[in-house]
Amino acid sequence: MSETKTVEVNLKRRRMLVAATGVMGATAATFLATPFVASWQPSERAKALGAPVDVDVSKLAPGQLVTVNWRGKPVWVLHRTEEMLATLPKVEPVLRDPESNESVQPDYCKNRHRSIKPELFVAIGVCTHLGCAPLFKPEPKDAELGSDWPGGFFCPCHGSRFDLAGRVFKSVPAPINLEIPPHHYRTDTLIRVGEDPKEGGQA
Amino acid sequence: MAEHNPNTPDFDKPGTLLQWLDKRLPLVETWNEHVGQYYAPKNFNFWYYFGSLALLVLVNQFVTGIWLTMSYKPSAAEAFNSIEYIMRDVEWGWLIRYMHSTGASAFFIVVYLHMFRGIMYGSYKQPRELVWIIGMLIFLVLMGEAFMGYLLPWGQMSYWGAQVIISLFGAIPVVGPDLATWIRGDYVISDATLNRFFALHVIALPLVLLILVFLHIVALHRVGSNNPDGVDIKKVKGPDGTPLDGIPFHPYYSVKDTVGAVAFAFLFAVVVFYFPEGGGFFLEPPNFEPANPLKTPEHIAPVWYFTPFYAILRAIPDKFLGVMAMGAAIGVLFLLPWLDRCPVRSIRYRGTSFKLLLAMFTVSFLALGYLGTQPATPTLTKLAQLFTAGYFLFFILLPFTSKHEQCKPVPTRVTYHG
Repeated sequence: MSETKTVEVNLKRRRMLVAATGVMGATAATFLATPFVASWQPSERAKALGAPVDVDVSKLAPGQLVTVNWRGKPVWVLHRTEEMLATLPKVEPVLRDPESNESVQPDYCKNRHRSIKPELFVAIGVCTHLGCAPLFKPEPKDAELGSDWPGGFFCPCHGSRFDLAGRVFKSVPAPINLEIPPHHYRTDTLIRVGEDPKEGGQA
Repeated sequence: MAEHNPNTPDFDKPGTLLQWLDKRLPLVETWNEHVGQYYAPKNFNFWYYFGSLALLVLVNQFVTGIWLTMSYKPSAAEAFNSIEYIMRDVEWGWLIRYMHSTGASAFFIVVYLHMFRGIMYGSYKQPRELVWIIGMLIFLVLMGEAFMGYLLPWGQMSYWGAQVIISLFGAIPVVGPDLATWIRGDYVISDATLNRFFALHVIALPLVLLILVFLHIVALHRVGSNNPDGVDIKKVKGPDGTPLDGIPFHPYYSVKDTVGAVAFAFLFAVVVFYFPEGGGFFLEPPNFEPANPLKTPEHIAPVWYFTPFYAILRAIPDKFLGVMAMGAAIGVLFLLPWLDRCPVRSIRYRGTSFKLLLAMFTVSFLALGYLGTQPATPTLTKLAQLFTAGYFLFFILLPFTSKHEQCKPVPTRVTYHG
C-alpha cells in the first residue's frame, strides 16, 4: 500500500507572499534597529554637560595661557604679546592653510589672528590629526624644535606644529588648523566659551 | 544522519546512558567526524601547534575575563581603582589579571604565527579560501576585542590610545565626525564610552568570536587540513576508505597538541610570574597613571600587536590616506587566496620569487612593528614609508610573479623532510 503526497502550489502567489513578507520584515527590522542604533548617541546628560563655560581673563598676563574644560576638551585662552602677534604674518609662507579656508572656526574668527580680539586667542587644544593635546611652546628658537621655530604649539604624538594662531604648518600630519570654539565676550574681560555672540542658545 | 540511523531509534529499548543520550543528540557522530575519525595529515610539524594553542588562549581569556568582571567596575570614576583593588586586595586577583593581560599578547603571538603558517604552506588556497576568510574575521574581531579591553583599566594609555583610534573614524569624509561621536557616545572619551566598551568587550565580541571559531573549525573539517607539503591526502586512500597519509586527530594530534600546550604553559607562566608587564610592551608604563583628559602622554604607542598597522598609519603624511592605508593593510589579507595564482601550495615546492616576496613581507612587517613603538622622527618616518611600500609590494607583485612561478614538482604523498 502506498500513498503519495500531492500538494497544489500556486508559485506566483507564493513568490508574491514571500516578497511581501520580506519587505514587511525588512521594514520592521529597520524600525526595530533604530532605538538600538540611536541609543549610542550622546545622552541628554552628556549633552547637558556640554553647556558653555565662562572664563575670566582680567588677570591673564600677556604671554600667559590658561586651559579650561569645555565638553571634556581642553580649551586654551592665550593672551598674546605684541611680539607673538608680529610672528603671525611672517610664518604664512610655510603654513598649510593660512587663510583658514579648510579649517573649522566661527566666521567671526576667520582672520589672520583667528580670534575676536587680536591679543586674546581661544582655541580647542586638541590636535586635528588624532586628538592629542599639543604643548604650548611660546619661545622662538626652541632647542627641540629648531632655530626656525617662531613660537607656537607642538603635538608630541606625531609631531604636528601650529603657529600662535593655531594655524598648521606644512608637511606635518595634522590636516587643518586647530579648531576655534564658538565664544563671545559677556563683558570686556569675561569670555563665554561654547556660545556664539548675540545668541541665547547653545552653539 | 539518516545514513547512520536508517530507522527511527527505538526509544523504548533500554541501554547505556551514552545510548540514551546519543538517540537524542548526535554525540558519537559529531565526536567521530571532528575528533575520533577526523583524519589529519601525518606530517604536521612545529607550525601546526598554533591553531590549538589559540584555542587554549581563548579559553584562558574567557575564564580569567569572567573572573575579572566579578571585581571590575566599568565606570570612569571607579575603573582605575577597581583594577588596583584587583591587583592588591582581591585574593589571587593579581594572577588572574596578569593571566588575562598576558593572554592578550599571547593570543596575538599565537595568531600571527598561525597566519604565517597559513601563508607559508598555502593553506588559504582552494579549497580552503573560506577557512582563511573566517580566520581573517576572527583576527579582525580579536583586534576590536583587544582595543576595547585596553580602554577598561582607564589609564593614560587606555584613554589616549582610544582617543587616537576613535579619531581615525573622524577622518572619513562627511560622516566621520558624527560617526566618532556616535561611537564615543559623548564629545570626548568618557564614562559612556568606557561602559559601552565594557559591554562589547565582555559579551558582544566574545560571542561573535566564539561563533567564528566554531565556523572556522567546521569549515576546516569540511575540506580537510592542509600540511607542510601542501599535498591533498584525500587523493590516496587505503582499502578502508581513509587517507593513507592521514591519522585520526584523536589520539595522535590530541597527544601532540598536549605537548605543545604544556610547553606553551611553561613559557606563559614565566611571563606571568616574572615579566607580567612584558618589558613595557604588554602593559605600557603610562597606563599605571589614571586617565587625564587634559594631558596627553609624551609619546603614544599602541600595544605591540597593533604597531605594524600603526606605523603604516603614521607613515602616510595625510590623515585620510593614512587611515585608508591602515585599513587596506588588513583588508588586502582577505584577498590573498585570489592574489596568489600559483597552483602549488607549500613553500617547499614554490619558486624563488615567492620566497623572496615572503621574506620582504616578513621583514617589512617586523620592521613596521618596531617602528610603531618608536617616536616619529623624520628618519624613522622615512624608514616606515620604505617598509610600508615593502608590505604592500608583496600583495601587488604576487599576482604577477605567482602566475609565472617556476615551481618544483609536488610529490603525490606527504614527506618527512624539513
